[in-house]
Amino acid sequence: MTDQTPPVADFQLVTRAGEEGGQRTTYGIPLAVLAELTHRCPLQCPYCSNPLEMEVASKELTTAEWCSVMDELAEIGVLQIHFSGGEPTVRKDLTELVRHATKVGLYSNLITSAVMLTKARLQDLADAGLSHVQISVQGAEDGLADRVGGFKNGHAKKLEAARWTREVGLPLTINAVMHRQNLHQLPQIIDLAVALDADRLEVANVQYYGWALKNREALIPSFAQVEETNRIVAEAQDRLAGVLDIDYVVPDYYAQRPKQCMGGWGRQFFNISPAGKVLPCHAAESITGMEFDSVRGNKSIRWIWDNSEAFNTYRGTGWMPEPCESCEFKEIDFGGCRCQAHALTGSAGNTDPACAKSPLHAEIFARAATEAAEGQDRFIYRNFSGGTAEDEVS
Amino acid sequence: MDQTARKARPILEAASRPILPRHVKLRFDKTRDRWIILAPERVLVPDDISVEVLQLCDGVRRISDIVAVLAEKYAADPDLIQTDCLALLQDLADKAFLLTVTEPSP
Repeated sequence: MTDQTPPVADFQLVTRAGEEGGQRTTYGIPLAVLAELTHRCPLQCPYCSNPLEMEVASKELTTAEWCSVMDELAEIGVLQIHFSGGEPTVRKDLTELVRHATKVGLYSNLITSAVMLTKARLQDLADAGLSHVQISVQGAEDGLADRVGGFKNGHAKKLEAARWTREVGLPLTINAVMHRQNLHQLPQIIDLAVALDADRLEVANVQYYGWALKNREALIPSFAQVEETNRIVAEAQDRLAGVLDIDYVVPDYYAQRPKQCMGGWGRQFFNISPAGKVLPCHAAESITGMEFDSVRGNKSIRWIWDNSEAFNTYRGTGWMPEPCESCEFKEIDFGGCRCQAHALTGSAGNTDPACAKSPLHAEIFARAATEAAEGQDRFIYRNFSGGTAEDEVS
Repeated sequence: MDQTARKARPILEAASRPILPRHVKLRFDKTRDRWIILAPERVLVPDDISVEVLQLCDGVRRISDIVAVLAEKYAADPDLIQTDCLALLQDLADKAFLLTVTEPSP
Protein backbone atom coordinates (compact mmCIF):
# COMPACT_ATOMS: atom_id res chain seq x y z
CA MET A 1 0.00 0.00 0.00
CA THR A 2 1.06 3.53 -0.59
CA ASP A 3 -0.02 4.37 2.88
CA GLN A 4 -1.18 2.61 5.91
CA THR A 5 -4.82 1.82 5.66
CA PRO A 6 -6.31 0.60 8.87
CA PRO A 7 -8.18 -2.58 8.03
CA VAL A 8 -8.95 -2.69 11.73
CA ALA A 9 -11.68 -0.11 11.78
CA ASP A 10 -13.06 -0.93 8.38
CA PHE A 11 -15.01 -4.03 9.15
CA GLN A 12 -16.15 -3.49 12.70
CA LEU A 13 -19.70 -4.08 11.63
CA VAL A 14 -19.12 -7.61 10.49
CA THR A 15 -18.11 -9.38 13.65
CA ARG A 16 -21.35 -11.29 13.29
CA ALA A 17 -20.12 -12.86 10.09
CA GLY A 18 -18.01 -15.27 12.12
CA GLU A 19 -20.92 -16.40 14.26
CA GLU A 20 -23.31 -19.14 13.38
CA GLY A 21 -26.24 -20.04 15.60
CA GLY A 22 -24.81 -17.93 18.40
CA GLN A 23 -21.64 -20.03 18.32
CA ARG A 24 -18.55 -17.98 17.52
CA THR A 25 -16.29 -19.77 15.10
CA THR A 26 -12.61 -18.92 15.21
CA TYR A 27 -12.68 -17.90 11.60
CA GLY A 28 -15.05 -17.78 8.70
CA ILE A 29 -15.01 -17.25 4.99
CA PRO A 30 -12.77 -14.25 4.29
CA LEU A 31 -14.75 -11.07 3.67
CA ALA A 32 -12.19 -9.05 1.81
CA VAL A 33 -8.80 -9.30 0.19
CA LEU A 34 -6.14 -6.67 -0.14
CA ALA A 35 -4.67 -7.11 -3.60
CA GLU A 36 -1.28 -5.45 -3.71
CA LEU A 37 -0.87 -5.22 -7.46
CA THR A 38 2.64 -3.81 -7.36
CA HIS A 39 5.25 -2.39 -5.04
CA ARG A 40 6.14 0.29 -7.59
CA CYS A 41 5.09 3.78 -6.49
CA PRO A 42 6.06 7.33 -7.44
CA LEU A 43 5.81 8.40 -3.80
CA GLN A 44 8.42 7.56 -1.17
CA CYS A 45 6.49 7.88 2.09
CA PRO A 46 8.74 7.02 5.02
CA TYR A 47 5.96 5.07 6.77
CA CYS A 48 4.99 2.87 3.82
CA SER A 49 3.44 -0.42 4.93
CA ASN A 50 5.19 -2.35 2.17
CA PRO A 51 8.01 -4.65 3.29
CA LEU A 52 11.58 -3.32 3.29
CA GLU A 53 12.42 -5.87 0.62
CA MET A 54 9.98 -5.13 -2.15
CA GLU A 55 9.02 -7.29 -5.09
CA VAL A 56 10.25 -6.06 -8.47
CA ALA A 57 8.03 -5.54 -11.52
CA SER A 58 9.23 -8.66 -13.32
CA LYS A 59 7.91 -10.84 -10.46
CA GLU A 60 4.42 -9.30 -10.45
CA LEU A 61 1.39 -11.45 -11.23
CA THR A 62 0.18 -11.02 -14.78
CA THR A 63 -3.28 -9.83 -15.78
CA ALA A 64 -4.34 -13.43 -16.45
CA GLU A 65 -2.99 -14.57 -13.08
CA TRP A 66 -4.89 -11.83 -11.21
CA CYS A 67 -8.08 -12.67 -13.13
CA SER A 68 -7.73 -16.31 -12.20
CA VAL A 69 -7.12 -15.29 -8.56
CA MET A 70 -10.32 -13.21 -8.65
CA ASP A 71 -12.29 -16.15 -10.06
CA GLU A 72 -11.11 -18.19 -7.12
CA LEU A 73 -11.87 -15.44 -4.57
CA ALA A 74 -15.43 -15.07 -5.82
CA GLU A 75 -15.87 -18.83 -5.76
CA ILE A 76 -14.75 -19.02 -2.11
CA GLY A 77 -17.21 -16.28 -1.14
CA VAL A 78 -14.89 -13.27 -0.74
CA LEU A 79 -17.03 -10.14 -1.07
CA GLN A 80 -14.66 -7.25 -1.59
CA ILE A 81 -11.32 -6.60 -3.20
CA HIS A 82 -9.12 -3.62 -2.38
CA PHE A 83 -6.79 -2.80 -5.25
CA SER A 84 -3.72 -1.42 -3.61
CA GLY A 85 0.07 -1.47 -3.89
CA GLY A 86 2.54 0.26 -4.08
CA GLU A 87 0.57 2.40 -6.38
CA PRO A 88 -2.06 0.29 -8.16
CA THR A 89 -2.53 2.81 -10.98
CA VAL A 90 1.05 2.03 -12.09
CA ARG A 91 -0.48 -1.15 -13.54
CA LYS A 92 -1.67 -0.48 -17.08
CA ASP A 93 -4.21 -3.29 -16.73
CA LEU A 94 -5.99 -1.80 -13.69
CA THR A 95 -9.23 -1.06 -15.55
CA GLU A 96 -9.23 -4.57 -16.96
CA LEU A 97 -8.75 -6.00 -13.46
CA VAL A 98 -11.59 -3.87 -12.07
CA ARG A 99 -13.83 -5.02 -14.93
CA HIS A 100 -13.04 -8.64 -14.11
CA ALA A 101 -13.77 -8.05 -10.42
CA THR A 102 -17.16 -6.63 -11.39
CA LYS A 103 -17.82 -9.56 -13.71
CA VAL A 104 -17.23 -12.15 -11.00
CA GLY A 105 -19.22 -10.14 -8.42
CA LEU A 106 -16.44 -8.69 -6.27
CA TYR A 107 -17.06 -5.21 -4.86
CA SER A 108 -13.97 -3.18 -5.72
CA ASN A 109 -12.19 -0.39 -3.87
CA LEU A 110 -9.20 1.53 -5.21
CA ILE A 111 -6.62 2.57 -2.63
CA THR A 112 -4.37 5.09 -4.31
CA SER A 113 -1.96 7.99 -3.95
CA ALA A 114 -3.89 9.44 -6.92
CA VAL A 115 -0.92 11.31 -8.40
CA MET A 116 -1.06 9.32 -11.65
CA LEU A 117 -4.82 9.50 -12.17
CA THR A 118 -6.54 11.43 -14.94
CA LYS A 119 -10.23 12.19 -15.15
CA ALA A 120 -10.54 9.94 -18.22
CA ARG A 121 -8.98 7.03 -16.35
CA LEU A 122 -11.28 7.56 -13.38
CA GLN A 123 -14.24 7.56 -15.73
CA ASP A 124 -13.00 4.29 -17.27
CA LEU A 125 -12.61 2.76 -13.83
CA ALA A 126 -16.11 3.87 -12.85
CA ASP A 127 -17.47 2.43 -16.09
CA ALA A 128 -15.66 -0.83 -15.35
CA GLY A 129 -17.64 -1.06 -12.12
CA LEU A 130 -15.29 0.41 -9.51
CA SER A 131 -17.32 1.23 -6.40
CA HIS A 132 -15.08 3.44 -4.27
CA VAL A 133 -11.86 5.44 -4.26
CA GLN A 134 -9.62 6.03 -1.28
CA ILE A 135 -7.01 8.76 -1.72
CA SER A 136 -4.16 9.34 0.71
CA VAL A 137 -2.97 12.77 1.80
CA GLN A 138 0.32 13.44 3.56
CA GLY A 139 -0.59 16.84 5.00
CA ALA A 140 -2.95 19.79 4.55
CA GLU A 141 -0.71 21.88 2.30
CA ASP A 142 1.89 21.42 -0.47
CA GLY A 143 5.06 22.10 1.47
CA LEU A 144 4.70 19.47 4.16
CA ALA A 145 2.64 16.99 2.13
CA ASP A 146 5.12 16.92 -0.76
CA ARG A 147 8.07 16.61 1.62
CA VAL A 148 6.52 13.61 3.40
CA GLY A 149 5.61 11.91 0.12
CA GLY A 150 8.95 12.80 -1.43
CA PHE A 151 7.11 13.82 -4.61
CA LYS A 152 6.89 17.35 -6.03
CA ASN A 153 3.39 18.71 -6.76
CA GLY A 154 1.91 15.49 -5.43
CA HIS A 155 -0.51 17.21 -3.06
CA ALA A 156 -1.95 19.43 -5.80
CA LYS A 157 -2.43 16.39 -8.04
CA LYS A 158 -4.24 14.54 -5.26
CA LEU A 159 -6.69 17.39 -4.75
CA GLU A 160 -7.41 17.46 -8.48
CA ALA A 161 -7.95 13.69 -8.59
CA ALA A 162 -10.21 13.86 -5.52
CA ARG A 163 -12.44 16.37 -7.32
CA TRP A 164 -12.53 14.22 -10.46
CA THR A 165 -13.47 11.22 -8.32
CA ARG A 166 -16.59 13.03 -7.15
CA GLU A 167 -17.28 14.43 -10.63
CA VAL A 168 -17.46 10.93 -12.11
CA GLY A 169 -19.84 10.01 -9.29
CA LEU A 170 -17.61 7.78 -7.18
CA PRO A 171 -17.64 7.96 -3.38
CA LEU A 172 -14.42 9.23 -1.83
CA THR A 173 -12.51 8.37 1.31
CA ILE A 174 -9.55 10.49 2.36
CA ASN A 175 -6.85 8.55 4.16
CA ALA A 176 -4.62 10.73 6.31
CA VAL A 177 -1.62 8.99 7.82
CA MET A 178 -0.67 10.97 10.89
CA HIS A 179 2.61 11.31 12.78
CA ARG A 180 4.62 13.80 14.82
CA GLN A 181 5.46 16.02 11.85
CA ASN A 182 1.94 16.49 10.47
CA LEU A 183 -0.44 16.11 13.44
CA HIS A 184 -0.59 19.89 13.84
CA GLN A 185 -2.34 20.04 10.45
CA LEU A 186 -5.13 17.63 11.39
CA PRO A 187 -7.84 20.31 11.77
CA GLN A 188 -7.05 21.56 8.25
CA ILE A 189 -7.03 18.00 6.89
CA ILE A 190 -10.52 17.49 8.33
CA ASP A 191 -11.68 20.73 6.64
CA LEU A 192 -10.04 19.57 3.42
CA ALA A 193 -11.92 16.25 3.48
CA VAL A 194 -15.22 18.13 3.88
CA ALA A 195 -14.31 20.57 1.09
CA LEU A 196 -13.46 17.65 -1.22
CA ASP A 197 -16.91 16.15 -0.50
CA ALA A 198 -15.46 12.95 0.93
CA ASP A 199 -17.90 10.65 2.70
CA ARG A 200 -15.25 9.33 5.01
CA LEU A 201 -11.93 10.31 6.53
CA GLU A 202 -9.50 7.86 8.00
CA VAL A 203 -7.28 9.48 10.58
CA ALA A 204 -4.71 6.74 10.81
CA ASN A 205 -1.77 7.14 13.10
CA VAL A 206 1.29 5.41 11.74
CA GLN A 207 1.73 1.81 12.84
CA TYR A 208 5.35 0.95 13.41
CA TYR A 209 6.70 -1.91 11.39
CA GLY A 210 8.59 -2.08 8.08
CA TRP A 211 9.48 1.39 6.77
CA ALA A 212 7.71 3.13 9.62
CA LEU A 213 9.81 1.26 12.18
CA LYS A 214 12.93 2.35 10.31
CA ASN A 215 11.65 5.94 10.58
CA ARG A 216 10.14 5.73 14.02
CA GLU A 217 12.18 8.44 15.69
CA ALA A 218 11.18 10.90 12.95
CA LEU A 219 7.51 9.96 13.13
CA ILE A 220 6.43 9.02 16.63
CA PRO A 221 4.19 11.65 18.23
CA SER A 222 4.42 12.84 21.81
CA PHE A 223 1.80 11.76 24.31
CA ALA A 224 0.59 15.38 24.49
CA GLN A 225 0.08 15.36 20.70
CA VAL A 226 -1.92 12.15 20.98
CA GLU A 227 -4.17 13.63 23.65
CA GLU A 228 -4.72 16.73 21.51
CA THR A 229 -5.50 14.50 18.51
CA ASN A 230 -8.05 12.53 20.52
CA ARG A 231 -9.74 15.80 21.40
CA ILE A 232 -9.72 17.13 17.81
CA VAL A 233 -11.12 13.87 16.41
CA ALA A 234 -13.87 13.60 19.03
CA GLU A 235 -14.93 17.21 18.42
CA ALA A 236 -14.97 16.73 14.64
CA GLN A 237 -16.87 13.43 14.84
CA ASP A 238 -19.55 15.19 16.83
CA ARG A 239 -19.66 18.35 14.70
CA LEU A 240 -19.61 16.51 11.37
CA ALA A 241 -22.08 13.71 12.14
CA GLY A 242 -23.87 12.88 8.92
CA VAL A 243 -21.43 14.95 6.83
CA LEU A 244 -18.10 13.19 7.26
CA ASP A 245 -17.64 9.76 8.82
CA ILE A 246 -14.31 9.80 10.69
CA ASP A 247 -12.47 6.58 11.47
CA TYR A 248 -9.68 6.95 13.96
CA VAL A 249 -6.72 4.68 14.52
CA VAL A 250 -4.80 5.60 17.67
CA PRO A 251 -1.02 5.23 17.85
CA ASP A 252 -0.93 2.08 19.85
CA TYR A 253 2.39 2.57 21.64
CA TYR A 254 0.41 4.94 23.85
CA ALA A 255 -2.72 2.81 24.02
CA GLN A 256 -3.91 0.67 26.92
CA ARG A 257 -5.28 -2.12 24.79
CA PRO A 258 -3.88 -3.37 21.50
CA LYS A 259 -5.68 -2.99 18.21
CA GLN A 260 -7.72 -5.88 16.86
CA CYS A 261 -5.35 -6.29 13.97
CA MET A 262 -7.02 -7.44 10.72
CA GLY A 263 -10.07 -8.42 12.79
CA GLY A 264 -7.95 -11.25 14.21
CA TRP A 265 -5.19 -13.17 12.40
CA GLY A 266 -6.59 -15.28 9.57
CA ARG A 267 -10.14 -14.56 10.60
CA GLN A 268 -11.72 -12.21 8.06
CA PHE A 269 -9.08 -10.90 5.68
CA PHE A 270 -5.95 -11.68 3.81
CA ASN A 271 -3.48 -10.07 1.52
CA ILE A 272 -1.98 -11.08 -1.80
CA SER A 273 1.46 -9.65 -2.54
CA PRO A 274 2.48 -8.41 -6.02
CA ALA A 275 4.21 -11.73 -6.72
CA GLY A 276 1.27 -13.76 -5.42
CA LYS A 277 2.17 -14.60 -1.84
CA VAL A 278 -0.91 -15.19 0.30
CA LEU A 279 -0.34 -13.29 3.56
CA PRO A 280 -2.43 -13.02 6.75
CA CYS A 281 -1.71 -9.27 6.72
CA HIS A 282 0.24 -6.82 4.59
CA ALA A 283 3.13 -6.70 7.07
CA ALA A 284 3.31 -10.45 7.76
CA GLU A 285 6.51 -10.87 5.78
CA SER A 286 8.29 -8.85 8.46
CA ILE A 287 7.92 -11.92 10.69
CA THR A 288 11.18 -13.68 9.94
CA GLY A 289 11.11 -17.44 9.65
CA MET A 290 7.48 -17.65 8.59
CA GLU A 291 6.79 -19.35 5.25
CA PHE A 292 4.01 -18.18 2.94
CA ASP A 293 2.26 -20.06 0.18
CA SER A 294 1.81 -18.48 -3.22
CA VAL A 295 -1.08 -18.45 -5.69
CA ARG A 296 1.59 -19.61 -8.16
CA GLY A 297 2.04 -22.87 -6.25
CA ASN A 298 -0.10 -25.95 -6.67
CA LYS A 299 -2.49 -25.17 -3.81
CA SER A 300 -5.83 -23.43 -4.02
CA ILE A 301 -6.42 -20.18 -2.15
CA ARG A 302 -9.11 -21.95 -0.14
CA TRP A 303 -6.60 -24.61 0.90
CA ILE A 304 -4.07 -21.96 1.88
CA TRP A 305 -6.70 -20.07 3.94
CA ASP A 306 -7.82 -23.21 5.76
CA ASN A 307 -4.62 -25.19 6.09
CA SER A 308 -1.43 -23.21 5.66
CA GLU A 309 0.92 -22.91 8.58
CA ALA A 310 1.11 -19.13 8.20
CA PHE A 311 -2.64 -18.75 8.76
CA ASN A 312 -2.99 -21.37 11.45
CA THR A 313 -0.01 -20.43 13.63
CA TYR A 314 -1.74 -17.40 15.19
CA ARG A 315 -5.36 -18.09 14.32
CA GLY A 316 -7.93 -18.12 17.12
CA THR A 317 -6.78 -18.13 20.74
CA GLY A 318 -5.07 -21.51 21.18
CA TRP A 319 -1.56 -20.16 20.46
CA MET A 320 -1.75 -17.49 23.13
CA PRO A 321 0.71 -17.27 26.02
CA GLU A 322 -0.06 -15.45 29.28
CA PRO A 323 -1.15 -12.73 29.87
CA CYS A 324 -3.35 -13.23 26.77
CA GLU A 325 -4.48 -16.78 27.57
CA SER A 326 -6.50 -15.85 30.64
CA CYS A 327 -7.45 -12.35 29.42
CA GLU A 328 -11.12 -11.47 29.21
CA PHE A 329 -10.47 -9.49 26.00
CA LYS A 330 -8.72 -12.28 24.10
CA GLU A 331 -11.59 -12.79 21.68
CA ILE A 332 -11.96 -9.06 21.19
CA ASP A 333 -8.43 -8.01 20.26
CA PHE A 334 -7.05 -11.50 19.51
CA GLY A 335 -3.79 -10.56 21.20
CA GLY A 336 -3.14 -7.50 19.07
CA CYS A 337 -0.66 -7.29 16.25
CA ARG A 338 1.68 -10.23 15.56
CA CYS A 339 4.00 -8.12 13.43
CA GLN A 340 4.38 -5.55 16.19
CA ALA A 341 5.03 -8.31 18.73
CA HIS A 342 7.75 -9.64 16.44
CA ALA A 343 9.26 -6.22 15.80
CA LEU A 344 9.39 -5.21 19.46
CA THR A 345 9.96 -8.49 21.31
CA GLY A 346 11.68 -10.65 18.71
CA SER A 347 8.84 -13.19 18.75
CA ALA A 348 5.51 -12.90 16.97
CA GLY A 349 4.05 -15.30 19.56
CA ASN A 350 4.40 -12.84 22.43
CA THR A 351 1.73 -10.48 23.70
CA ASP A 352 1.68 -7.27 21.65
CA PRO A 353 3.59 -4.72 23.78
CA ALA A 354 0.91 -2.16 22.88
CA CYS A 355 -1.18 -3.92 25.52
CA ALA A 356 -0.86 -2.55 29.05
CA LYS A 357 -0.71 -6.15 30.30
CA SER A 358 2.51 -6.82 28.38
CA PRO A 359 5.61 -6.76 30.59
CA LEU A 360 7.22 -4.58 27.92
CA HIS A 361 4.45 -1.98 27.71
CA ALA A 362 6.00 0.55 30.10
CA GLU A 363 9.33 0.33 28.31
CA ILE A 364 7.71 0.84 24.88
CA PHE A 365 5.70 3.76 26.15
CA ALA A 366 8.84 5.38 27.61
CA ARG A 367 10.86 4.75 24.47
CA ALA A 368 8.16 6.37 22.35
CA ALA A 369 8.08 9.42 24.60
CA THR A 370 11.89 9.75 24.48
CA GLU A 371 12.04 9.41 20.70
CA ALA A 372 9.24 11.94 20.30
CA ALA A 373 11.16 14.44 22.43
CA GLU A 374 14.68 13.78 21.20
CA GLY A 375 14.40 12.07 17.80
CA GLN A 376 15.59 13.92 14.71
CA ASP A 377 13.10 14.80 11.97
CA ARG A 378 15.02 13.53 8.95
CA PHE A 379 13.18 10.86 6.95
CA ILE A 380 14.55 7.78 5.26
CA TYR A 381 12.53 7.63 2.06
CA ARG A 382 11.10 4.36 0.86
CA ASN A 383 12.56 3.00 -2.38
CA PHE A 384 13.79 -0.20 -3.98
CA SER A 385 17.40 0.40 -2.90
CA GLY A 386 16.81 0.06 0.83
CA GLY A 387 15.88 3.69 1.48
CA THR A 388 17.51 7.09 0.96
CA ALA A 389 18.09 9.61 3.73
CA GLU A 390 16.31 12.90 3.22
CA ASP A 391 19.53 14.98 3.19
CA GLU A 392 20.97 12.79 0.43
CA VAL A 393 18.09 13.64 -1.87
CA SER A 394 18.93 16.43 -4.26
CA MET B 1 -31.06 13.39 -8.48
CA ASP B 2 -28.19 15.31 -6.95
CA GLN B 3 -25.44 12.95 -5.82
CA THR B 4 -22.62 15.46 -5.72
CA ALA B 5 -23.33 18.01 -3.01
CA ARG B 6 -23.51 16.71 0.51
CA LYS B 7 -22.39 19.55 2.70
CA ALA B 8 -25.16 19.36 5.25
CA ARG B 9 -26.38 16.39 7.23
CA PRO B 10 -29.32 14.80 5.41
CA ILE B 11 -32.30 14.75 7.77
CA LEU B 12 -34.85 12.11 6.81
CA GLU B 13 -38.54 12.54 7.39
CA ALA B 14 -41.72 10.70 6.50
CA ALA B 15 -41.88 12.42 3.09
CA SER B 16 -38.29 11.54 2.12
CA ARG B 17 -37.85 9.13 -0.76
CA PRO B 18 -34.78 7.00 0.02
CA ILE B 19 -32.71 4.98 -2.40
CA LEU B 20 -29.42 3.12 -2.14
CA PRO B 21 -26.67 4.80 -4.17
CA ARG B 22 -24.81 2.86 -6.87
CA HIS B 23 -21.94 2.07 -4.53
CA VAL B 24 -24.12 0.47 -1.85
CA LYS B 25 -25.30 -2.97 -2.81
CA LEU B 26 -27.91 -5.03 -1.00
CA ARG B 27 -27.29 -8.60 -1.99
CA PHE B 28 -28.14 -12.13 -0.92
CA ASP B 29 -24.89 -13.95 -0.25
CA LYS B 30 -25.35 -17.60 -1.13
CA THR B 31 -22.06 -18.63 0.47
CA ARG B 32 -23.08 -17.33 3.89
CA ASP B 33 -26.80 -17.84 3.33
CA ARG B 34 -27.72 -14.33 4.47
CA TRP B 35 -28.38 -10.84 3.19
CA ILE B 36 -25.47 -8.44 3.21
CA ILE B 37 -24.87 -4.81 2.35
CA LEU B 38 -21.68 -3.99 0.49
CA ALA B 39 -20.40 -0.44 0.99
CA PRO B 40 -17.00 1.23 0.66
CA GLU B 41 -14.56 -1.02 2.57
CA ARG B 42 -17.42 -2.32 4.68
CA VAL B 43 -19.77 -5.26 4.82
CA LEU B 44 -22.92 -4.87 6.88
CA VAL B 45 -25.21 -7.64 8.02
CA PRO B 46 -28.80 -6.39 8.04
CA ASP B 47 -31.54 -8.17 9.98
CA ASP B 48 -34.67 -9.43 8.20
CA ILE B 49 -36.72 -6.29 8.80
CA SER B 50 -33.91 -4.03 7.59
CA VAL B 51 -33.73 -6.07 4.41
CA GLU B 52 -37.47 -5.60 3.81
CA VAL B 53 -37.21 -1.87 4.40
CA LEU B 54 -34.22 -1.48 2.09
CA GLN B 55 -35.88 -3.52 -0.66
CA LEU B 56 -38.67 -0.94 -0.63
CA CYS B 57 -36.24 2.00 -0.94
CA ASP B 58 -36.60 2.65 -4.66
CA GLY B 59 -36.43 6.43 -4.77
CA VAL B 60 -40.15 6.56 -5.60
CA ARG B 61 -41.79 5.42 -2.37
CA ARG B 62 -41.75 7.87 0.52
CA ILE B 63 -40.79 6.58 3.95
CA SER B 64 -44.47 6.93 4.86
CA ASP B 65 -45.37 4.62 1.95
CA ILE B 66 -42.81 2.06 3.11
CA VAL B 67 -44.26 2.24 6.62
CA ALA B 68 -47.78 1.69 5.23
CA VAL B 69 -46.67 -1.41 3.31
CA LEU B 70 -45.04 -2.92 6.38
CA ALA B 71 -47.85 -1.93 8.76
CA GLU B 72 -50.35 -3.72 6.58
CA LYS B 73 -48.19 -6.78 6.02
CA TYR B 74 -47.45 -7.25 9.72
CA ALA B 75 -50.67 -5.73 11.12
CA ALA B 76 -48.47 -3.55 13.30
CA ASP B 77 -48.60 -0.04 14.72
CA PRO B 78 -47.47 2.37 11.95
CA ASP B 79 -46.03 4.87 14.45
CA LEU B 80 -43.76 2.22 15.87
CA ILE B 81 -42.68 1.10 12.41
CA GLN B 82 -42.02 4.67 11.34
CA THR B 83 -39.80 5.30 14.35
CA ASP B 84 -37.77 2.17 13.61
CA CYS B 85 -37.59 2.91 9.88
CA LEU B 86 -36.39 6.46 10.39
CA ALA B 87 -33.73 5.36 12.86
CA LEU B 88 -32.40 2.71 10.48
CA LEU B 89 -32.45 4.92 7.40
CA GLN B 90 -31.02 7.99 9.16
CA ASP B 91 -28.12 5.88 10.37
CA LEU B 92 -27.39 4.71 6.82
CA ALA B 93 -27.80 8.22 5.40
CA ASP B 94 -25.34 9.58 7.96
CA LYS B 95 -22.74 7.22 6.56
CA ALA B 96 -23.66 8.18 2.98
CA PHE B 97 -24.96 4.65 2.39
CA LEU B 98 -28.41 6.04 1.53
CA LEU B 99 -29.58 8.96 -0.60
CA THR B 100 -32.88 10.73 -0.81
CA VAL B 101 -34.41 11.74 -4.09
CA THR B 102 -35.31 15.40 -3.96
CA GLU B 103 -38.66 16.57 -5.29
CA PRO B 104 -38.32 17.99 -8.79
CA SER B 105 -39.29 21.66 -8.86
CA PRO B 106 -42.85 22.14 -10.13
